[in-house]
Amino acid sequence: MLATPVDAKRSSRKIHARATEYLQNYDTDLTDSQRTVREAISKICAKYPDEYWRKLDESKEFPTDLHRSLADNGWLGICMPQEYGGSELGISEAAVMMQTISESGGGMTAASSVHMNIFGLEPVVKFGTAEQKARWLKPLIAGKERACFGVTEPNTGLDTLRLQSQAKKDGDSYLLTGQKIWISTAQNAQKILILVRTTPLSEVTKPSHGLSLFYTDLDPSAVQITEIPKMGRAAVDTNSLFFENWRVPASDLVGRENDGFKTILHGMNAERILIAAEALGLGYAALRRAALYASDRTVFGRPIGMNQGIQHPLAESWMQLEAARLMIYHAARMYDAGYTAGEYANAAKYLAAEAAFQACERAVMTHGGMGYAREYHVERYLREVLIPRIAPVSREMICNYIGERVLGLPKSF
Amino acid sequence: MASGLRILVPVKRVIDYAIKPRINKSQTGVETAGVKHSLNPFDELSVEEAVRLRERKGPLQVENILALSAGGPKAPDVLRTAMAMGADRAFHIDVPDAEGSPEPLTIAKMLKGVVEKENINLVLLGKQAIDGDQGQTGQMLAGLLGWPQATQASKIDIKDAEGTVEITHEVDGGVETLKAKLPLVITTDLRLNEPRYASLPNIMKAKKKPLEKKTLADFGVEDTRRLKTIKVTEPPPRKGGGKVEDVDGLVAKLKELGAL
Repeated sequence: MLATPVDAKRSSRKIHARATEYLQNYDTDLTDSQRTVREAISKICAKYPDEYWRKLDESKEFPTDLHRSLADNGWLGICMPQEYGGSELGISEAAVMMQTISESGGGMTAASSVHMNIFGLEPVVKFGTAEQKARWLKPLIAGKERACFGVTEPNTGLDTLRLQSQAKKDGDSYLLTGQKIWISTAQNAQKILILVRTTPLSEVTKPSHGLSLFYTDLDPSAVQITEIPKMGRAAVDTNSLFFENWRVPASDLVGRENDGFKTILHGMNAERILIAAEALGLGYAALRRAALYASDRTVFGRPIGMNQGIQHPLAESWMQLEAARLMIYHAARMYDAGYTAGEYANAAKYLAAEAAFQACERAVMTHGGMGYAREYHVERYLREVLIPRIAPVSREMICNYIGERVLGLPKSF
Repeated sequence: MASGLRILVPVKRVIDYAIKPRINKSQTGVETAGVKHSLNPFDELSVEEAVRLRERKGPLQVENILALSAGGPKAPDVLRTAMAMGADRAFHIDVPDAEGSPEPLTIAKMLKGVVEKENINLVLLGKQAIDGDQGQTGQMLAGLLGWPQATQASKIDIKDAEGTVEITHEVDGGVETLKAKLPLVITTDLRLNEPRYASLPNIMKAKKKPLEKKTLADFGVEDTRRLKTIKVTEPPPRKGGGKVEDVDGLVAKLKELGAL
């Protein structure tokens, strides 16, 4: 029995999912729970259309109402343990959530407003004490506290092991001194997950040793938070942080002292998968707008989408986005099944960001002059899609990783 | 009298309200394959109202909310939605998709059977489903049961433990308030409430709530068809309007068209 009647019926449906439908939900590879997530998130996000995001991009207001709506409906706890109010779903579901939020037109602005709160506290889930989890996860899931993430420093970039910010033990607290950069949402966050050095590099046997992770109140009276004006995603702030002798209670140390690097590695692959999904969503949003515009806009007596010069680049973009999508959800499945999946998480991030960038750029070009006008939204997409190309790790570092780990080539840096 | 509310909320899976329907090639209906479906918006109001009656903790407690849908293998989707919003359990009345939706009278007869078997004392229905737009089921059900009915409710207020209910509905030029006693059939209208989103924890819980599969025959009903759809066509495309220079021009044009 190869072809049951059901199969015959399925095969008669030629196209599974049209890229022109707003947040279509027919991808055949989605599981039931992924489909449910997609549908429920679509419903919430449909209340925040492109025009909403364009306005926020101009007024630079933080999208607190989307954050609230997602928190009130339990979405911030999607990956969190049930005993603290979470739903304990996997990265496979969280990726669908983030893709959908971004794809709704909210792009990286919408995604970044919740991103850190979805999976950023994984080190706490894995290494925090029961007391810490109750103290930190509950308000985070309820949306009462927002968290930001402080690792990168201006003088070290991706060379995380050489970061210079320090913490000195002082009684039952630590004194933190140093600086951080590219700290998203710090203006709007009450908490920060921050990595600092507790043992000088000269005194450790392994460079990965001697760092410690804290999750603590981001106290604006102790930390100078300065916003960095930037290209896109104006509504979600990005900052540099300066602090000197900032007193942090020892009870806010996550995991063991000097083990911070190992602690923070937990969640990095998951984060890449989520960023990839966010990029992917933006790519589909751009492609959708481009395709709709190309079939609508008439020049020389015919829709411009009739021209292969317009049509083919968009067709190619769909193939590339779809290939990236399959890679993302493969990486997510592996992660959820307990594999480290670093090569797939990195590759998914790389492919999705590049495909999305290309889709956004082509969407602008398809719109011609209109693409440069804010009214058509695609220029906003293009400004935002640079973020997942750069962060949280560059394309070059991903190639280094694949070159060294998968291809067995000598380390190049 | 009534010890508590045992509410039945019939729901339907319909083409999403945001989709522009396309007529199928044989002109017998609209294209449904590969088109986004969701819970009929009016039914969403009924589910929401049932859940609010429970949350309001009025003079009559809600004992149970039963959601029900008649349809093909996808019908449970909307039942899960209803349960994620707060319904306690669900019946899926299996009716093959190929045969199309049963007629309102068939549904009403089946609902009567459910009401009797499940000892229901309040039925909350959407005033119509946005696919067929027939708007008959609620009224037919009240007729079959011999129960009072209040249609197109914009407000529902349980007044006392004896089961007195005040229902407001909008009529031309104002609102009308009706008073009735349980058992009762109420159909819901847009201004009744604003349905909630199903929260993620509730979506997860809904997966574990009981969903029973039944047939029309379980309630002694046959899927008789009395109506035949002859042809479905699109409305004629709107013709572009004209522009007038000023008010005088407008008045002249209206007179010319015989509108004044």
